[in-house]
Amino acid sequence: MTGFSFDAVAAILFIPAGAAAVLATMPNYRMTAAVNVAASLLTLLAALSLFVTERPAPGQYLLIDDLNIVFIVLNTFVGFTTSVFSASYIGHELETGRLTAPNLRFYHAMYQIMMFGMNLAFVSNNIGLMWVAVELATLTTVLMVGIYRTHEALEAAWKYFILGSVGIALALFGTILVYMAAQPVVGEGTNAMVWSVLIEKAAHFDPALLSVAFIFLLLGYGTKVGLAPLHAWLPDAHAEGPTPISAVLSGLLLNVALYAVLRFKLLLAANPQAIGPGPLMVTMGLTSLIFAAFMLYRRRDIKRLFAYSSIEHMGIIVFAFGMGGPLANFAGLLHMVMHSLTKSAIFFAVGHIAQVKGTQKISEIRGLTESHPGLGWALVIGVVAIAGLPPLGIFMSEFLVVSSTFARHPWLAIPLVFGLLIAFGALLLRLTGVAFGEPRGGMAPVEASYVPMYSHLALVFAAGIYLPAPLVAWFQHVAGILG
Amino acid sequence: MSGLTFDIAHLLAGSLVLISFMMLYQDRLFALINVFALHAVVLALSVAWQAYIQDAHHLYITAGIALVFKAIVIPVGLHRIIQRLGIHRDIETAVGIGPTMLAGIGLVTLSMVLMLRVTPEADPLAREDLAFALSIILLGLLVMVTRRNAVSQVVGFMSLENGLVLAATGAKGMPLVVEISVAFSILIAFIVIGVFLFRIRERFDSVDVGALDDYRGERR
Repeated sequence: MTGFSFDAVAAILFIPAGAAAVLATMPNYRMTAAVNVAASLLTLLAALSLFVTERPAPGQYLLIDDLNIVFIVLNTFVGFTTSVFSASYIGHELETGRLTAPNLRFYHAMYQIMMFGMNLAFVSNNIGLMWVAVELATLTTVLMVGIYRTHEALEAAWKYFILGSVGIALALFGTILVYMAAQPVVGEGTNAMVWSVLIEKAAHFDPALLSVAFIFLLLGYGTKVGLAPLHAWLPDAHAEGPTPISAVLSGLLLNVALYAVLRFKLLLAANPQAIGPGPLMVTMGLTSLIFAAFMLYRRRDIKRLFAYSSIEHMGIIVFAFGMGGPLANFAGLLHMVMHSLTKSAIFFAVGHIAQVKGTQKISEIRGLTESHPGLGWALVIGVVAIAGLPPLGIFMSEFLVVSSTFARHPWLAIPLVFGLLIAFGALLLRLTGVAFGEPRGGMAPVEASYVPMYSHLALVFAAGIYLPAPLVAWFQHVAGILG
Repeated sequence: MSGLTFDIAHLLAGSLVLISFMMLYQDRLFALINVFALHAVVLALSVAWQAYIQDAHHLYITAGIALVFKAIVIPVGLHRIIQRLGIHRDIETAVGIGPTMLAGIGLVTLSMVLMLRVTPEADPLAREDLAFALSIILLGLLVMVTRRNAVSQVVGFMSLENGLVLAATGAKGMPLVVEISVAFSILIAFIVIGVFLFRIRERFDSVDVGALDDYRGERR
């Protein structure tokens, strides 16, 4: 950089925060949608610049390392594509009168505050700050889930609020316990909450206290990841809010909570006497996978169907990270990226489908590939991808998870494969009904923005065929860090 | 640490657990809110005492927030909301009072056994604070799951949060305590405003949180 130093971390935080302030004062919805897209693009560029600019030394509050760059880039990328999708989706909602202009101003400002909260959670080096950031991101999504003010939307938002708050309270208690464990070793004050200091000294912490802390953190942040049996908020929040929010909830917010769990898992792994975090995560992951796989069969609402599918996939990811080791961690990371891209693409398609058909009921949507080929085939590709069929990216990551499980704990592979097959069957069953056959429901042509969904699907497809070597090297390196 | 300062801290934290128990058997909303206000006052005293013995002046701010916001503003606000919404009748508890009390005793035992066992080396004051705090958190959760009414769930959540503040102030020298208590106050303000603005009573036929499953035809 010539002359002035470009601070990418500050840019990642200040662009969304500044944009939120600007958006809150702008009256015109077309303009706010455009500004929202522009701000998201700028944030994405700032995130990408993290690869090339020099990293700041870890401070008391902020940290950039190889692990969180992956999360930040994924977060800002999906944030950007969702803002493009949101612009066309929201226009339609305004025409049909489901949302009003003041609603939209609020919505766009909240969108940027949510991006700010998520980015802050990723770059924070301080476990207290991370907690505050996750809380902020949660609060904004609660407000957006309830934005339609219908009976169901309010009830979904309320449920999300209460369960999310309980989760966040448990996570705070865990955070306090980590501080208590660190305090005798690191000393009083801010340093005992700085993650990069904690990880260096974790071997000397009281193992029992650290273990109990992790259980609270896993339950607390696990509520936000949507792990069964703490998932009850997730399907309602996905189904009743605006679809762009369903996309960011599934694609991004779940990852934020997962990232928090991973950071604390590393802390625990650094202490040889503490309980192994692996078995706990493997158990919760498998429970979520199998539970969600069975729940997929009974869904009547298309957005709830894919919400349960998110629980299933977060289960797989947590399972993979719980297994640990270079291969399973690699698979978990890859699966997380692929799931974020695919699931948000599916929600983009579902959003337009629900608008054009005027319903979210699966039984009232038929023959999409005939009536709306663009949307229908996007949904087909998306569901084929999410069900784990080759040659798409999720097949590869699921294959890696299964094969690494077979290599190390063959008994665990049986429930894993069982859950995957059950979910696979449910998704394909629903897909054939929705995508093929005699068209039913609204036939109006749709003004959809195809670019976001097809670009996501293209990435997933490309990843299934060929992963570039630098990317593989990077992921292997991060998988190594995760231990 | 001299015996008296320890005893006073112990007394205050122990009273918080007792008041949490009192919440379990309140069957009228107004009474529940009054008990909660008492809870917040005792919390404020406890935090102020910690601020005094740890010589940590920033904790007085947390104590002030607890006193003004949680013991006065929120209870008064909730009283008005209840009158506006016309729900000042009995609380429908989902589980009977007897089993609830037994469950509460079980939870307190659990947290004592757990916390005292895992923290043998910690400072005795912090250690007992932590055990009491976990009891209060679990009792708060119990209030939330045994009530099906939005307002009493909020009260349960706030008592749970009081437990967290107690734990955070008991951990000596913990940074960000004030910031976290402010963040929590904002969260609670949002919840209360949400109950009021969205007229959870008026717009829903019941404040029963379990109703949405029926609505979607997916009763589990």
